[in-house]
Amino acid sequence: MTHWTRKDLLGLEELTKEELELLLQQAEAFKEVSLRPIKKVPALRGRTVALCFLEPSTRTRASFELAAKRLSADILSFQGASSSIVKGESVLDTARNIEAMRVDVLVLRHNTSGVAAAVARGVRCSVVNAGDGSHEHPTQGLVDLYTIREKKGRIEGLNVVIVGDILHSRVARSDLWGLTKMGAKVTLCGPPTLVPIVMENLGARISYRLEEALEGADVVIALRLQLERQQEQYIPSFREYTRLYGIDRAKLERAKPDLIVMHPGPVNRGLELSPEVADGPQSVILDQVTNGIAVRMAALYLVSGAHQGQATELPEPSPQGVRA
Amino acid sequence: MKGSVLDAEGIRKSVARIAHEIVERNRNNGRLCVVGIRTRGDHLARRLAKILQEITGSPVPVGALDITLYRDDLSRLEASPVVHATEIPFDVSGCRIIVVDDVLFTGRTVRAAMDALADLGRPEAVELAVLVDRGHRELPIKPDYVGKNLPTAKEDLVQVRLTESDGLDEVVIEARAA
Amino acid sequence: MTPPPPSRVLIQGGRVLDPSQGLDEVTDLLIENGKVARIGRNLKADGAQTINAKGKVVAPGFIDLHVHLRTPGQEHKETILTGSRAAIRGGFTTICTMANTDPVVDSPNVIEFLKSESAKVGLANLLPYGAVTMGLKGETLTEMGELQAAGAVGFSDDGMPVSNAGMMRRALEYSRMTNLPVIDHCEEKSLSGHGVVHDGATAARLGLAGIPAEAETVMIARDLLLAQSVGGRLHVAHLSTAEGVDLIRAAKKKKIQVTTEVTPHHLSLSEEALSTYDSRFKMNPPLRTQKDLEALREGLKDGTIDAVATDHAPHSAAEKEQGLVHAPFGVVGLETALAVGLTELVHRGSLKLETLVDALTRRPARILGSDRGTLKVGAPADVTVFDLETDWAVEAGAFASKGLNTPFLGWRLKGRVTDVLVMGRQVYHGGQFMNGGVA
Repeated sequence: MTHWTRKDLLGLEELTKEELELLLQQAEAFKEVSLRPIKKVPALRGRTVALCFLEPSTRTRASFELAAKRLSADILSFQGASSSIVKGESVLDTARNIEAMRVDVLVLRHNTSGVAAAVARGVRCSVVNAGDGSHEHPTQGLVDLYTIREKKGRIEGLNVVIVGDILHSRVARSDLWGLTKMGAKVTLCGPPTLVPIVMENLGARISYRLEEALEGADVVIALRLQLERQQEQYIPSFREYTRLYGIDRAKLERAKPDLIVMHPGPVNRGLELSPEVADGPQSVILDQVTNGIAVRMAALYLVSGAHQGQATELPEPSPQGVRA
Repeated sequence: MKGSVLDAEGIRKSVARIAHEIVERNRNNGRLCVVGIRTRGDHLARRLAKILQEITGSPVPVGALDITLYRDDLSRLEASPVVHATEIPFDVSGCRIIVVDDVLFTGRTVRAAMDALADLGRPEAVELAVLVDRGHRELPIKPDYVGKNLPTAKEDLVQVRLTESDGLDEVVIEARAA
Repeated sequence: MTPPPPSRVLIQGGRVLDPSQGLDEVTDLLIENGKVARIGRNLKADGAQTINAKGKVVAPGFIDLHVHLRTPGQEHKETILTGSRAAIRGGFTTICTMANTDPVVDSPNVIEFLKSESAKVGLANLLPYGAVTMGLKGETLTEMGELQAAGAVGFSDDGMPVSNAGMMRRALEYSRMTNLPVIDHCEEKSLSGHGVVHDGATAARLGLAGIPAEAETVMIARDLLLAQSVGGRLHVAHLSTAEGVDLIRAAKKKKIQVTTEVTPHHLSLSEEALSTYDSRFKMNPPLRTQKDLEALREGLKDGTIDAVATDHAPHSAAEKEQGLVHAPFGVVGLETALAVGLTELVHRGSLKLETLVDALTRRPARILGSDRGTLKVGAPADVTVFDLETDWAVEAGAFASKGLNTPFLGWRLKGRVTDVLVMGRQVYHGGQFMNGGVA
């Protein structure tokens, strides 16, 4: 694959294996930039990247901001609660206003699934999905793929276990698409209420017993458990969740000694991971953070190269009522 | 219309001669390092470094530079070109760097290479070695070492092929109808 | 504590009836070290304790999936000792206890309490159910994993239905990781209202508020559809309606994972029994029509209904004396179950003996995933010996249970338990408890 043709990066499900490879390869090239004394390249000099985070986030936003800055782009930063922008049309309206300031790339995070695609259809600038509801978080998926390949030398044929609240997780979905496209064998593990039967159709094995899932696994990705899940009665208590699905040293005993432990962060220490595992020798969580910058630089670099009106498959924005 | 500019033997002789010239001019100077501009400049750089090592008897560090991100025409391209990794496993500060490229044309690639090097450190000095100088400079860039001077028309296509990437060594020119 | 079992026991000359092996023949059974060692004719075993079973049936110890032991919290109705004795007298060597006690069995320490107390009593095996929701309130799930680890064999809010469909769905879904059954007391409260008897001809005649059949069937239908969607192991408690049998039969045909049970009183009594306004006939679900009774018998015969379970629910005499309308629901059943089954069904020719025994042994064991309910070589030697002919009258004064609220008071029944062994240790013979049990 010689070049990237998509205007937007909305998710990993629609990408081909070649496109994934290109992203990972570019991330490799950009990783070197972060190791220099002067961590900057002029690739996006003069371009403007708008960071529109309508759902709270410190790490992902900081990661995108740093990535854009290292590419020499100018940053525009918007924050706000998704609840203050109630309907999808309002998000689009916000996006159009941002676009009117001649922004080249819009990085968008929102708490509703599907918003990124809706906005991308309605604006000419590039849209990078930084997480839309429970749907996808493509750059995190890429970070995980990159980190796995960095640590294991390959992705194909590896046994990867994703543990936790799969039902509500956009990271789990992006990971699942990315990993299966790259040839890994994925197991989804968690309480049955958070790993519903219908997900068997998504190409993964399902297990409700963590120790059994970890046997023979090369990688385990632990997902953050939102505290609301107990109130919503998906699980009876955190104590039971941790006992059955929390990763601690005891649970790793039956696993391969070279198993790596990943987590998109931030970690609820003592819940998904015990402190000794989170900070232990098998954890590559900090590498994920480092790789996050390189991956996001690659994503911004590639989508900004696809010009307005020149990249393939960009329809005319659908006519919406224009606000006065 | 095609013509051969250099054959394999010609390339070999050029590189060897450049190596001797470099050693001659840098006799009393400090640490010599070679950095090739991807792609193909880096293959030539490695060949050059090997010969320099043989002549001087001391190791000559070699690196490869990708200048894609420093191109001045990035925003005009149809799509973001693929970036390859820059690999310079030594500190450029304090080195006498020989930048190596296969063809010197408008000079913009070399300008980008200078910018990239500046972001990596502060070399003691930078000299430019090219296999072929085909003229038509658009910037004030001058090579210090040239394999072959080749007058060309601007529309001509100069093709360098090297064993490491193309399976054979040759430089050919294709004259295109204006 | 209990003395160690004799190393060998030989049960001689009985009709060994073990549906799990398709065995029904007059032969000997040798027990060694608490396990079934050999089955064969004219076995010799030196030094073995012998039990003469000539003319009697030798079956695996019965398993009752549905018992209210009232402990902790309501020991005036029943204690573990009295309940265990009642179980043994009825031939039940294993009882599963419901969680609607005080406190509710919704945390591991209550399970640990039950297990340790029953170990001290040393009679029937007590297998506790944990609650589905905390406090049986139907609002928050119990920690099913923790309860299983402590020893729960299933989950039930019985006494109460799981009224909220979303909660039942979650419970079935979450329970899948334990692979244990979820037992639902199917009663749509907005339909049963203040009913005290079946909503039919008798209620109309007697001027009593009725519980319609739909109160049960609506929730059975709901639960079956949920089970079809999210899996889990659904078990419908105390089935009482003909439509309920039909629903479950159809569901099983569609390979939905569901099991169910029926009580001896629903197999033998109908709403007419309420004519005397006697609260001895008041239980929930209520006695229904003759048509329901026949459908239940048919369901047991064709395997739609898996198990016979007593829903043994003792109450104090004072409580039941409050009259039909105000007395609590519930009747005892451990000590009459076998005899009622024999008298009303087997002896009348409407049910085969092996089917009755199957519904008391192999099939409940399968629902629990238990290694009991069988006399296969190597199995724990829980054995019930009974005769088919002994004629006896049901007298409340003779019960081991504290609860005397039996609908069969004064009945003459044919067939009686004579000997019971638990793990190869004889604990009952001819009306006497032995070798264990706190005085």
